[in-house]
Amino acid sequence: MSEELLRTPFYEMHLRNGAKMVPFAGYDMPVQYDLGVMKEHLHTRQKAGLFDVSHMGQVVLRGKSYEHTALALERIIPVDVMSLKQGRQRYGFFTNDTGGILDDLMFANRGDHIFMVVNAGCKTQDIAHMRATLEPDVRVKVIENRALLALQGPAAQAVLAEHYPPAADMKFMDVDTIPIAGAECWVSRSGYTGEDGYEISIPMAAAESVAKALVDHDDVEWIGLGARDSLRLEAGLCLYGHDIDPQTSPAQAALTWAIQKSRRSDGARQGGFPGASVILDELKNGTDRTRVGLLPEGRAPMREGVALFANETDTTPIGAITSGGFGPTVNRPVAMGYVPATLAAPDTVLFGEVRKKRLPVRVVSLPFVPSNFKR
Amino acid sequence: MKFTEEHEWLRIEDDLVVVGITEHASTQLGDVVFIELPEEGDTVSKDDEIVVIESVKAASDILAPIDGEIVEVNTLLLDEPSKVNDDPMGDAWFFKIKPDDMSQLDEYMDEAAYNKLIG
Repeated sequence: MSEELLRTPFYEMHLRNGAKMVPFAGYDMPVQYDLGVMKEHLHTRQKAGLFDVSHMGQVVLRGKSYEHTALALERIIPVDVMSLKQGRQRYGFFTNDTGGILDDLMFANRGDHIFMVVNAGCKTQDIAHMRATLEPDVRVKVIENRALLALQGPAAQAVLAEHYPPAADMKFMDVDTIPIAGAECWVSRSGYTGEDGYEISIPMAAAESVAKALVDHDDVEWIGLGARDSLRLEAGLCLYGHDIDPQTSPAQAALTWAIQKSRRSDGARQGGFPGASVILDELKNGTDRTRVGLLPEGRAPMREGVALFANETDTTPIGAITSGGFGPTVNRPVAMGYVPATLAAPDTVLFGEVRKKRLPVRVVSLPFVPSNFKR
Repeated sequence: MKFTEEHEWLRIEDDLVVVGITEHASTQLGDVVFIELPEEGDTVSKDDEIVVIESVKAASDILAPIDGEIVEVNTLLLDEPSKVNDDPMGDAWFFKIKPDDMSQLDEYMDEAAYNKLIG
């Protein structure tokens, strides 16, 4: 790579905490710390983990009013933005003309504006896409002067409540501005691990002091990208560029739950987003292939790219694994992948080809680990 | 004890050679979650890929360091792959090989040279 890797404001802290750094989406990021991936994963599910997600894109969209901004955003995402209440967040994705997914994202109604978090690897393209489609009606402001942390796990509430007791009363997908260690933080009760927790946007100048205030708690450890990946995989959540991409539609990706009734056929604001004809048709009539959970029956992990076969002898694969590895909480290999709709029923046994051997793998419903959100 | 550039250790035990991976290698691999071993009685050639180690991060191979016959494999590792992290230089040996030619070991490093390699 010719370009220099970018650093988040926590770079020095990561090194001091024994992080092993790797290039990720143009940033030098911690893949693990001294605990190692397995213990970091288990610690997050048992207590709380602190994740540096400052590489992700933070964007503010501001039009004449929330409604004005929401209607504009609905032109590029197939999700109900209008009816989202103030102080609430929702999951969504940008689509392209063929119904594929350009990126997935979170957006929040902050009263007079929308706050959005997009994937690190897509943020340049997402921002250009929003500028091209929303401006000048809606101003697209990239937030460059804030860091982003995720505090995840069953102890997250108690940890944050020590700094600001009302944080305990937030429900899953609530957003608020709260003080932590003297800094004005934009906080959502969400994350991407399947655990209860918060995502915390912090003014750059206070980044280190807020991180220190959180990680100094006995129950909190820094957690790297390695465990972040195994946590989201056990939670059955998609990783952009792996489980979803521009060639994969929301219905294929089993993300139709994210498309509210108002945007579907006969809804109050049906269609009107890129790829609507394909996406709405698939919502009605289904798709040829679909994302499923896959549980290897043996102990050998099946990783991304492993070809799936209907039986032990066929020469043509019927699908492939898009995310796979070892699930520390379930203590066995877990995977997700795409299979024909006819082979997507739970308990269907397929075969993954690993080192030229066909190993049995069972279709299962997701997630592998039940989510632990505070509804 | 001898060491290879592939981070294996080789310990001579009578007329057999016991093979495992070094502490350094086990740390680099991360948490080991799956091991595939050769069969007892397999005849192997130097550089054959005969062991698969899967960690939480990735899959890697262990090469046969010498020509010979696999006379024993450590089946304990199949149930407890994490032994490779806990005791890589001791309990977590992979296999015992009966060498065709003991002099093949001569090319490998002693402990001092290996420690220099991993610096």
